[in-house]
Amino acid sequence: MSAPVLIGYFDSEAQVLDATRAVREAGFVLHDVYTPYAVHGLDDAMGLEPSRLTWVCFGGGLLGCTLALSLQLYTSVVSWPLNVGGKPFNSLPAFIPVSFELTVLFAALSTVAAFLLRAKLFPGSRRSVLPRVTDDRFAIAVAPREAPSELDAAEDLMRRHGAVATDLLEEVAS
Amino acid sequence: MSHQHLSSLRVPLVTEPRTLGQLTEEICAPMERPPTWKWWVAFGIAVAVLGTGAGIVGYQVATGIGVWGLNKTIGWAFDITNFVFWVGIGHAGTLISAILFLFRQKWRTSINRAAEAMTLFAVMCAALFPVIHMGRPWLAFWVLPYPNDRGSLWVNFRSPLLWDVFAISTYFTVSAVFWYVGLIPDLATVRDRAKAGIRKAVFKVMSLGWTGSHRTWSRYETVYLLLAGLATPLVLSVHTIVSMDFATSVIPGWHTTIFPPYFVAGAVFSGFAMVLTLMIITRVVLGYEHLITLRHLENMTKIIIVTGGLVSLAYATEFFIAWYSGNPYERFAFMNRAFGPYAWAYWIMVTCNVVSPHLFWFKKIRTSPAAIFVLSLVINVGMWFERFVIIVTSLHRDFLPSSWAMYTPTMVEVGTFIGTFGLFFTLFLLFVRVLPIISIGEVKSVLGFARDGHAAPPHSPAKPVAEEPHPVAHRPVAAVPLAIVTRKDAPV
Repeated sequence: MSAPVLIGYFDSEAQVLDATRAVREAGFVLHDVYTPYAVHGLDDAMGLEPSRLTWVCFGGGLLGCTLALSLQLYTSVVSWPLNVGGKPFNSLPAFIPVSFELTVLFAALSTVAAFLLRAKLFPGSRRSVLPRVTDDRFAIAVAPREAPSELDAAEDLMRRHGAVATDLLEEVAS
Repeated sequence: MSHQHLSSLRVPLVTEPRTLGQLTEEICAPMERPPTWKWWVAFGIAVAVLGTGAGIVGYQVATGIGVWGLNKTIGWAFDITNFVFWVGIGHAGTLISAILFLFRQKWRTSINRAAEAMTLFAVMCAALFPVIHMGRPWLAFWVLPYPNDRGSLWVNFRSPLLWDVFAISTYFTVSAVFWYVGLIPDLATVRDRAKAGIRKAVFKVMSLGWTGSHRTWSRYETVYLLLAGLATPLVLSVHTIVSMDFATSVIPGWHTTIFPPYFVAGAVFSGFAMVLTLMIITRVVLGYEHLITLRHLENMTKIIIVTGGLVSLAYATEFFIAWYSGNPYERFAFMNRAFGPYAWAYWIMVTCNVVSPHLFWFKKIRTSPAAIFVLSLVINVGMWFERFVIIVTSLHRDFLPSSWAMYTPTMVEVGTFIGTFGLFFTLFLLFVRVLPIISIGEVKSVLGFARDGHAAPPHSPAKPVAEEPHPVAHRPVAAVPLAIVTRKDAPV
């Protein structure tokens, strides 16, 4: 059985930012923070590393470009060389538009796919959602490192930083 | 941000005080209540037009495209005019959602969702024309490079028409993905509001299990930024490639290097006009005047002034270069455009595209929704005529007088064009009913823009919590020590 998770609910962005910073500085383990919109500055407050999805995007683009150029060179030079007005078979400038489009297509699709995989977003997901966090509430989920008694201190801290309600849950999806 | 620096130059993006909950309520309301009679009337008309268009397309597919008014030398006319027109309309959506996002223009937040939807629908309408033009649309897949049993016959990658296939399909796919990724958090909001039933089930599947976790939000923001960065050059490339359909030919009036930037400017110009047309109707019908504010409309009219200026400059440059090049065919083509048999179309184009946008220099016109609405329609008409002028006037008088001909559209062509408007508005009206047309998450994030933190209005249902006073909040931005203005904190 997993350790219980303490949830503190907040009404405003400012409070959740302050509280997140305080909870982390006090040495509690932040399970996650739930917000109805992307709160800027929360990355720093939670101490999140920058996402590595940019590399996926770069790789996807590179793959798309390579595939597009290979396909065009293979079809136009090897498989079906067509002499049009004596122009070269490997007319690279003419291949740039399609290569560009496929670079963008592969980069975009692979980034989104990687994001969905990493964030475990898929149709049919049965994760439960904390009340009102997709509407007008902000929530901080604190997982205690050791004893559940630590949670009292964490609850106190969050109350002092403006938590309007707290709750103890057995398990919370991130 | 909580410690937002307020400048007297900034005005709130949401003009009336709202709580987060009220915003959710307001934006979800049109989807959750039964449709009004106005919606039914509009939808009825749109579906009727779509049905007529579908019937006409069915007739021409069954009969063959001989039913079009095209002739030996004018092989392209209404079909490609409409194709370029619709693709151009689509561009403003991506411009608003991607380019303005990269430029940190926060005023885009309440119009980007609808503009992106408009992009998708416009591209669908555009794609219909080349497909119908093929005559045998069920063989449309022949344009794709796939291993086939006709020897080693491949598509011709040196043809701008094939570039179009890749450009348009990539554009559509990336726009759709961008739009959907932007929708996920809002779909979750709708899911959590819905009572058990079909709506709940559908939104549960579509929202992919979004929980509002900030770890996910953080990655989501990265993905959104990357998609915006990818979509931006894509916008420019798509219309550039469309312009190459013309520019790589040798026909006088088409064979010009100015086409790519000229087409892109024209696309943005017409696209913004269409966004304005739709947004002005939407804000009034749904009562979103405080979300899609006069300022949004005004900003868009300013973009129209700029792009209208670019388009005018392109017209002038074309004329100048035609004269300066000393090429008699080129000179003739342009004189013929202005004073030949299709001069009426040319002057409609000039009046609508060169003259009318300058009315937006007047603040009174720029801030009057009725005036903007009329002018946006005028610009749409003008931009349609621009494509018509480029295509028909160049083809009807080419190098050989023996191949000169006149072109008149038939009822089938006009009907197909009108039918695409039916498709466009049917899809848009359905969109208004089934999805949040304003990005809930993004508008919530700008709710505090140019306001003192997130001070709740007095009628707020949420319990007002005593906030720390922000002494810096009311001072002008210059009074704040620069050190605390980090890049992320600075509201742009």
